[in-house]
Amino acid sequence: MGYVPNPPRVVREMLESMGFQGIDDLFADIPAGLRLNRELNLEAPRSEQELRQELGQLAARNTAVDDRPCFLGAGAYDHYIPAVVEQLLLRSEFYTAYTPYQPELSQGILQAIFEYQTMICNLTAMDLANASMYDGGSALAEACSLACDTTRRSRVLVPDTVNPRFLDVARTYAGGGKMEIVAVPGSDGIADAAAIASLVDSRTAAVVVQHPNFYGNLETDLPAIEKAIHDQKGLLIMSVDPISLGLLKPPGAWGADIVAGEGQALGNPLSFGGPYLGFFAATEKLMRKVPGRLVGQTVDLDGQRAFVLTLQTREQHIRREKAGSNICSNEALCALAAAIYLSVAGREGLKEIAARCHRLACYARDELQKRGLRLKYQRPFFKEFAVAIRDPGAANRALLEAGIIGGYELGGALLLAFTEKRNRTEIDRLVSVLGGVDNE
Amino acid sequence: MSKLIFEKSVPGARAFSLPPCDVPEPGELPDSFLREEDALLPEVSEVEAVRHYTELSRRSYGVDSGFYPLGSCTMKYNPKINEWAARLPGFANIHPYQDEETVQGALELMHDLEGMLREITGMDSFTLQPAAGAHGEMTGVLIIKAYHNHRRDLQRTKMIVPDSAHGTNPATAHMAGFEMIEVKSSARGLVDIADLRALMSDQIAGLMLTNPNTLGLFEEEIQEIAEAVHAAGGILYYDGANANAIMGVARPGDMGFDVCHLNLHKTFGTPHGGGGPGSGPIGVKAFLADFLPVPVIVRRDGRFALDYDRPLSIGKVLSFYGNFGVMVKAYAYIKALGASGIREACENAVLNANYIRTGLRGHYDIPYDRLCKHEFVASARRQKKENGVSALDVAKSLIDYGYHPPTIYFPLIVEEALMIEPTETETRERLDDFIEAMLAIARDAAEHPEQVKDAPRKAVIRRLDETRAARNPVLKWTPE
Amino acid sequence: MEIREGLYYSEDHEWVRVEGDRACIGITDFAQEHLGDIVFVEVPDLDSEFEAGATIGVIESVKAVSDMHTPVSGKVVAVNDALEDSPGALNKDPYGQHIAVLAMSDRADLDKLMNSADYAAFCTREAE
Repeated sequence: MGYVPNPPRVVREMLESMGFQGIDDLFADIPAGLRLNRELNLEAPRSEQELRQELGQLAARNTAVDDRPCFLGAGAYDHYIPAVVEQLLLRSEFYTAYTPYQPELSQGILQAIFEYQTMICNLTAMDLANASMYDGGSALAEACSLACDTTRRSRVLVPDTVNPRFLDVARTYAGGGKMEIVAVPGSDGIADAAAIASLVDSRTAAVVVQHPNFYGNLETDLPAIEKAIHDQKGLLIMSVDPISLGLLKPPGAWGADIVAGEGQALGNPLSFGGPYLGFFAATEKLMRKVPGRLVGQTVDLDGQRAFVLTLQTREQHIRREKAGSNICSNEALCALAAAIYLSVAGREGLKEIAARCHRLACYARDELQKRGLRLKYQRPFFKEFAVAIRDPGAANRALLEAGIIGGYELGGALLLAFTEKRNRTEIDRLVSVLGGVDNE
Repeated sequence: MSKLIFEKSVPGARAFSLPPCDVPEPGELPDSFLREEDALLPEVSEVEAVRHYTELSRRSYGVDSGFYPLGSCTMKYNPKINEWAARLPGFANIHPYQDEETVQGALELMHDLEGMLREITGMDSFTLQPAAGAHGEMTGVLIIKAYHNHRRDLQRTKMIVPDSAHGTNPATAHMAGFEMIEVKSSARGLVDIADLRALMSDQIAGLMLTNPNTLGLFEEEIQEIAEAVHAAGGILYYDGANANAIMGVARPGDMGFDVCHLNLHKTFGTPHGGGGPGSGPIGVKAFLADFLPVPVIVRRDGRFALDYDRPLSIGKVLSFYGNFGVMVKAYAYIKALGASGIREACENAVLNANYIRTGLRGHYDIPYDRLCKHEFVASARRQKKENGVSALDVAKSLIDYGYHPPTIYFPLIVEEALMIEPTETETRERLDDFIEAMLAIARDAAEHPEQVKDAPRKAVIRRLDETRAARNPVLKWTPE
Repeated sequence: MEIREGLYYSEDHEWVRVEGDRACIGITDFAQEHLGDIVFVEVPDLDSEFEAGATIGVIESVKAVSDMHTPVSGKVVAVNDALEDSPGALNKDPYGQHIAVLAMSDRADLDKLMNSADYAAFCTREAE
């Protein structure tokens, strides 16, 4: 089944009107030796009915979190997505639209992005935010790149309490030769401020801190790290969990210069890892260098307030080989989902969601400890922590058998995440299974 | 004037409620780590939130709203069955770190999609990890760099890009640490092969090309180009943005390309979403496969798995495996079309572009007025010279006729450029109406130029003060 | 289009006004018209040194970005701070608004530049 609307008769008439004998004439400019003189070796086309059946069967071979409680986090979280988000994203004027380069036709989308930018700024307490990047990892890599570019230095220090995948992506981007990513071992579950301070010098463009970090712990030595990097006139880059910002002091208040985080938790499904949402915010000083699209406010000829993509000369289509980033398509629809989510959760709702996550995590910790299990790190956490388990693989298998999607396997521990979707019954069952698994 | 959601906020309004919780209150986070003030987020009811975003959608324009001939974007129809598929819980609600046994369906989909893309492009191995075309370009160019470095061929510091290239190409080369060198276009609008040969040396890492190029013209000498690049030890990169022009008819792998990226959100009908998400898979010839990002999807004893044991891999470009939700839609699209549908889509895309080209002939300058592929470039040069009416003015007038304008001022090598790509999912009637509108604008340009320059007049806003937006940027709302 | 007497001109459409051993540098009327409304000017750092032809700054308009080069070698002794708040001044008064002032290190650089008559001819040729 295809979507070409013109029936064969019309196609013939169009060809004739242009003086062509047949469809093949349209490809006369392709050398004969390059023309594929066979059909592509693909399966036969499907009707919509067949497609529905086959895709349904393929999807059914996956175990969705709908069917069982999910305690997996490690960068992607099973938060509740209000029905409103799903419905509004189906408005085809939103999802079948292109980048709003023609503002007269796109005021709706432009306004939505402007509102999204505002929400991100307010959550993070930063001066400006862009219209989205691919995900938390690539957004962090671009933040490192921006820091190097603006300080004219090339070293970025990254504690290994930052999500290891973020570190991986930053290293790949560093393959461009413009920056050097230096990993700094953490200390008992948080970044080692003393080690970082001893490494920071006049060649350091930035220090990255993820807060809460990959292990779920609050980076309690943030003030020392911030002082160390700013004393040397480098930048502080923070990667944050947007849900945590309903409760926790925002990066702007910590003195962050750039914020790059993963926004999947804001109204975007788990979707096997993508599409996700890289949110990116910065201080005003960096405005003309931030990557990605920016929506700005202005007026039209009649003096009406209106919105437009602005400061486009930063971007690839104008600055070309001098652009700081090559980003073109972003995650606009995911940003829209986040904006709708934040509108529906609202000022009070986000606080409640954050508090609920933390409350459930604390309950789980208490119950696990009652069963003789202990946390790997004795650190304040937000919604995630690592529990010491001798054989995390075996523990997860046992959990799966009990109808639970377990945690992320670390060396000798299981990283467990607690979102507002979890409840007492589920946690009790989790604890019961883990308590029953062989442990030191 | 429409209000922002913040301007509609009413303190205390709620759209949200959590289920009751019967576990003890914790109350133990250190005070110094807590927010002092709430984040300023909207406070609206559910009904007001829904009305707000519904209203915003009505001031937007998608492919479902009407014709969208944006050159180089391939704004084709987005099939609705694909939207249904991507939202199946078995696809939408699976965590990327779930035990592989619980996500075999997802891994199979990705594995099969890679196979389909291999066949369509004639490449040997694929990765689905890049999240957009530009992201794919970066991945591909880093692979080229890794390949040369691995062979200790370290003086290849330059990347060649045509002067007609999309801005992401030189930006990507720069990001990957290459010096960009431009190759000129010939009088025929194609790569000037003599200029290319003169540029080749052992300092050249490769050449980035799209075929057809941004003028919609097929690079007839592509085999000679490939030979010249390979003879000098360079790698040939295919920017797949224009793959809709050749799919099913010719393959970049057969033309001599070593690496390619595809845009699932262009060629394979996944929606553009107002700017994203897209997906930019990379295909490579066998000799480059070791450098692909990790993990790679493998099939062992009938089971699918993620293989991280790839010592030469360039690493990861995205935290997880790519935009899976977008892949589902592309997979469904290719499955629906099959080989015959793929070919038919390509043929009709080329038919429609040529149909508009011949319809505009004589009314607008067409710098390369010969058989084009899926897009072509017209110019408002004559209108500008005779009446001061620019490509921008023509574009804004089209809005009054109910159309989304084509791409303007790109490629840079054509003055007052209008790049028109209708795609295959448009009827002849629609194309005729568009041609009529363009002709009417040409007449207006000659007879009432001031009207054209004043357009649009029927849209929700008139022309904007973009200078003000750039001189005094206001990038967020602040309460008065 | 205005071309002022008494100034030196480069092929990149920059002008130089010599005052003793100082060179005031700016962009010509041709340049500002071609760029459109200027929205931002990145000026060089004080005390930085450049060779003739080097990029010393960037001029951004809404739709374009242009490197600013210095036609002469020297050290930056002053920059036009007013451009930070009023970049549009370059459009209104291109010859009255310098971008930077350099203490010249090699007067021979001036010999490679055009006078107003040559520049006028150059611009006419460019327009064709």
